[in-house]
Amino acid sequence: MASDKIILKTEGLTKHYGGVHALEDANFELKDGEHVAVVGDNGAGKSTFVRQITGVEQRTRGKIWFDGQEVQFDGPLEAREAGIETVFQNLALADDLDVPSNLFLGREKIRFNLGPFSILDKRAMREETEAGLKRTGVKIPDLDNSIRHMSGGQRQCVAIARSATFVSKLIILDEPTAALGVQETAQVEEIIKGLKARGVPMIIVSHNLRQVFDLVDRIIVFRRGRIAATLNAKEVDGNEVVAYITGVKGAEGEKRAAYA
Amino acid sequence: MADATNAAMPVPDTAKKKHRSAEFNALIGLVGIALIFEILGWIFQGQSFLGNLQRLQIMILQVSVIGIIAVGVTQVIITGGIDLSSGSVTAAAAMIAMSFAQVGTYERAVFIDQGWVDLPVIIPLIVGLAVGAFAGLINGALIAYTKIPPFIATLGMMVAARGIAKWWTRGQPISFPTDAFAAIGQGMMPVLILLCIIALFVFLLRFTVYGVHTYAIGSNMDAARMSGINVERHLILVYTIAGLLTGLAGMIIAARGLTAQAGMGLMYELDAIAMAVIGGVSLSGGRGSVVGTFIGMLIFGVILSGFTFLRLDAYYQEMIKGVIIVAAVVADVWRQKRRALAA
Ligand SMILES: Nc1ncnc2c1ncn2[C@@H]1O[C@H](COP(=O)(O)OP(=O)(O)OP(=O)(O)O)[C@@H](O)[C@H]1O
Ligand SMILES: [Mg+2]
Repeated sequence: MASDKIILKTEGLTKHYGGVHALEDANFELKDGEHVAVVGDNGAGKSTFVRQITGVEQRTRGKIWFDGQEVQFDGPLEAREAGIETVFQNLALADDLDVPSNLFLGREKIRFNLGPFSILDKRAMREETEAGLKRTGVKIPDLDNSIRHMSGGQRQCVAIARSATFVSKLIILDEPTAALGVQETAQVEEIIKGLKARGVPMIIVSHNLRQVFDLVDRIIVFRRGRIAATLNAKEVDGNEVVAYITGVKGAEGEKRAAYA
Repeated sequence: MADATNAAMPVPDTAKKKHRSAEFNALIGLVGIALIFEILGWIFQGQSFLGNLQRLQIMILQVSVIGIIAVGVTQVIITGGIDLSSGSVTAAAAMIAMSFAQVGTYERAVFIDQGWVDLPVIIPLIVGLAVGAFAGLINGALIAYTKIPPFIATLGMMVAARGIAKWWTRGQPISFPTDAFAAIGQGMMPVLILLCIIALFVFLLRFTVYGVHTYAIGSNMDAARMSGINVERHLILVYTIAGLLTGLAGMIIAARGLTAQAGMGLMYELDAIAMAVIGGVSLSGGRGSVVGTFIGMLIFGVILSGFTFLRLDAYYQEMIKGVIIVAAVVADVWRQKRRALAA
C-alpha cells in the first residue's frame, strides 16, 4: 500500500529537558500509506518524539519535513491544520463536555461569527459527529452525555474518532489501548484497522507487541532517547523486538537491522 | 452544562438517574427552605411567608446586586478559578464612577476644576464599567501569564482595589448623583438588569464558542490547550467580563443608595462565590451553570428575608449562611467522589 512518497521525515531530532536527554538525534522516515509502530521501555522517549512532531513542544534541534516541506509548528493547532491528527497519551478530552463538543473542541462549527462569542452550530456539529463516529465504527449510545460518564474504552474511542474524523495526511496514536481491558482493546484495534483500510499513514506508539505485529508494517525501537532499531514487522519476531527494547541487542545490531 | 441537558431529558436508564444535576438538587433545596419558612411563618407569625408579593420583591431586590457579581464569578469558577476581588472592585468602580455622576450644582468631591456641570450619564457608566473591566483584565493577565494561583492574584487585587477606592477621595464618601445615574438603582431596576444579565450569560455559556471554551478549560486545561484553544487569552476574557459585571454592580449600589463609599461591597466576593457554589457550580471547575447560580441567589434571598420575617437576629443569619456555604462545598466534594468511584 505504501507509495514512495515520503510524508514525514526527521533528521537529528533532539529534545533535552534541562539535563534530561529525552530524545537524541532521531532520524526517521514515513512513507505515504505506511503504518509504523514506535516501541520502547517507559521513558524511552516515545511520547517526546510525538510531542516534537506535533508542535506540542519546541525541539532542541533537528529538522522535520512534512508532506514535502520543512516545517516548524508553533503549536498543535498548526500541526493539525497541516493535516496531522494526534491522539495523545493523556487523552486530550474535556470530561465535562459532551461528545460533539469534544470532537469539535478548538474547531467549532459556527452559525454566526462574533469573534470569541461566535454562536455555535450545534446541529451541524452533532450531525457530523454522528457521521464521523459511524465512519470510524464507534458506537456511543448517548452523544449528549458528558465524557465523564463514559467507560475508558468509550472515551478512547471518542478520542480516536475525533482524530479520524478530521485526519487528512497523518494520524499519530500514543498508546491508544494502554489503560483498556481486553474487550475494549479489541474494539479500539478494530477502529484502527478501519483507519488503516482508508490508507491513512499512521504512527502508533504501543507497549503491546501482539498489537504491533497485528497492525503495522515497520517497528521503530526507542531506547534511552535514541532510535535503537528499525525493523520490518514481517521479518522479526517478538523476542527479537524485546531484545532491542531491553538493550540485549543494540548498537552493533542497529546497522544490521537497518530498514531494508 | 451537560448535567443540565441530562436533567431535561427523560432518560429511563437507572444508571443515568444517579447523575441528577446539581441544579436540580439546589432547586429542591430552595423549595424545601421556602416551605420551612412558610410553616414557621404560620406557627410564629400567624401569616404566610411566600404569599406576600412585596416580600418576594424585596427578597430578590436584596440579592440582585450581588447576584450580578455572582454571574461573573460563576464563569470564573467554571474555568477552575476564583475571584476574591469582587467586593473591593465594587467599591473602586462605584467611587470612580460616582465622581463623574455628581450633579453640577453640588461641589464635586474630585475634578473640582472641571466646572460644575452635569455630565451626560453615559460617561460615569462607561467609566464604572471600564474600572471593573480593567481590574478584571489585570486579574486575568496575572493568572494567565504568571501562572500564580487565581486565589493569590485576586487577593492582591482585593487589597489594591480597596486602596484605590479610599485614595480616590481620601476616604470621603461621594453623594448626589444626577437623576439619570440614580435611575439604574431605583425601584426594581436592579432586578431587571440582573434578569437580562442572567439571560445573556445562560445564552453565552450554552450556545457560543465562549461557553464551550470556558467549560473545556475548567474540565481539562491541557486538553483545551492541545485542542488549540488560546487558554491565556480566554482566561483574560473571562476575568475581564467578571470585572465588568462587578463594575456594573458597584454603580447600581451607589445609584440605589445615592452615595458611594470606600467601604462598600465588603465581603460581597464571598456571598457571590457562595451563591454559585450553593447553586451547584463546582469549585474544581468544569461544572455548573448560571441557572444554578440563579437558584443559589434565590436560596440566599429566601434565607435573608426569612430571618427578617421571623424577626431573628442578624447574627443568626450569618451563622446559618456560613453553615449553608460549608454544606454546599461538602456536597460538591461528595458529588466528585461519587463520580470518581463511578468512573
Ligand atoms: N516535560 C518534561 N520535563 C522533564 N523531563 C521530561 C519531560 N517530559 C518527559 N521527560 C523525561 O523524558 C524521558 C522520556 O519521556 P517520554 O514521555 O517521552 O517517555 P515514553 O517513551 O513516552 O514513556 P512511556 O512509555 O512511559 O509513555 C523520561 O525520562 C521523562 O521523565
Ligand atoms: Mg509515552
